[in-house]
Amino acid sequence: MSKQPAIEQDGTITEALSNATFRVELENGHEIIAHISGKMRMNYIKILPGDKVKVEMSPYDLTKGRITYRYK
Amino acid sequence: MSTGSIVYKSDSEIENIRVSSLLVGKTLAEVASHLKPGITTGELDEIAETFIKKHGAEPSFKGYHGYKNSLCISVNEEIVHGIPGKRIIKDGDVVSIDCGVYLNGYHGDSAYTFPIGNVSEDVINLLKATKESLLFGIEKAVGGNRVGDISSAVQEFAESRGYGVVRELVGHGIGKKLHEKPEVPNYGKRGSGAQLKKGMAIAIEPMINMGSRHVRQMEDGWTIITQDRKPSAHFEHTIAITEGKAEILSSFSEIEIAISKNQYITQII
Repeated sequence: MSKQPAIEQDGTITEALSNATFRVELENGHEIIAHISGKMRMNYIKILPGDKVKVEMSPYDLTKGRITYRYK
Repeated sequence: MSTGSIVYKSDSEIENIRVSSLLVGKTLAEVASHLKPGITTGELDEIAETFIKKHGAEPSFKGYHGYKNSLCISVNEEIVHGIPGKRIIKDGDVVSIDCGVYLNGYHGDSAYTFPIGNVSEDVINLLKATKESLLFGIEKAVGGNRVGDISSAVQEFAESRGYGVVRELVGHGIGKKLHEKPEVPNYGKRGSGAQLKKGMAIAIEPMINMGSRHVRQMEDGWTIITQDRKPSAHFEHTIAITEGKAEILSSFSEIEIAISKNQYITQII
């Protein structure tokens, strides 16, 4: 069975939730819950509401994602 | 989302993957011996599941992200992840069958595309080229090379014949899990991507379209079809990276023996 790689999308942080999770509004208007990737956590990259971020989603669950990059 | 890093396998783990992969080949051969116009894809799925369980193994796909069957059967414009059911195989169909088994803690994964009855020469050429592109990819799967070397070999060959190379789905590492790192796309640049090292087991699976490379997903959440509804082919081997030539762990030989005994399937050499 072939693998469907993660889908990458850009979005904007709308709300900081607990445990390094955030509500993110995607460019297509959908809202998802996303957590910070381990690499970003290790580098203490601070994320605030309003920041533009890149999120990775699994094609199997489009309601959750992982923040992999914060745009400057 | 597959996280984690590449898992390198010991020789005995590679042997386990080989045993699972060979059982996939036997299962596909069993399915091929029943493949003829009039049979439903659901019946083929049952044959595979019974065969896999009889050999003390489990179908890898069943339960994977909620998938309910043992095989993916994709007919004509369906590229991959076709769900078995009431669809009846007809004369002139191109049927891709993808199978995975889980045995002794390791997965094996392989796929083959069968032309049923009177299939046009164009389609036979597509199948031949897809199978050949897989072999070109495997040729580049040598320790020290990179994933991009496999990807570009598949892409360059298929595109030189004027076919579309699917990009939305990729091959993958395989082992204790069905999908592991690295991702193995069928398109890419030479010398890019993860380095291939002894102990890696990967599934290479070109999905090649007669027309454009663009795809569409059906409402069932699984089936991937070509956007232009032209036929597509899919061949897959599980292989092990060594310091020299890659070892093909799965096998088409029993499938091809079954084809030679089945008057409804055209042999692709």
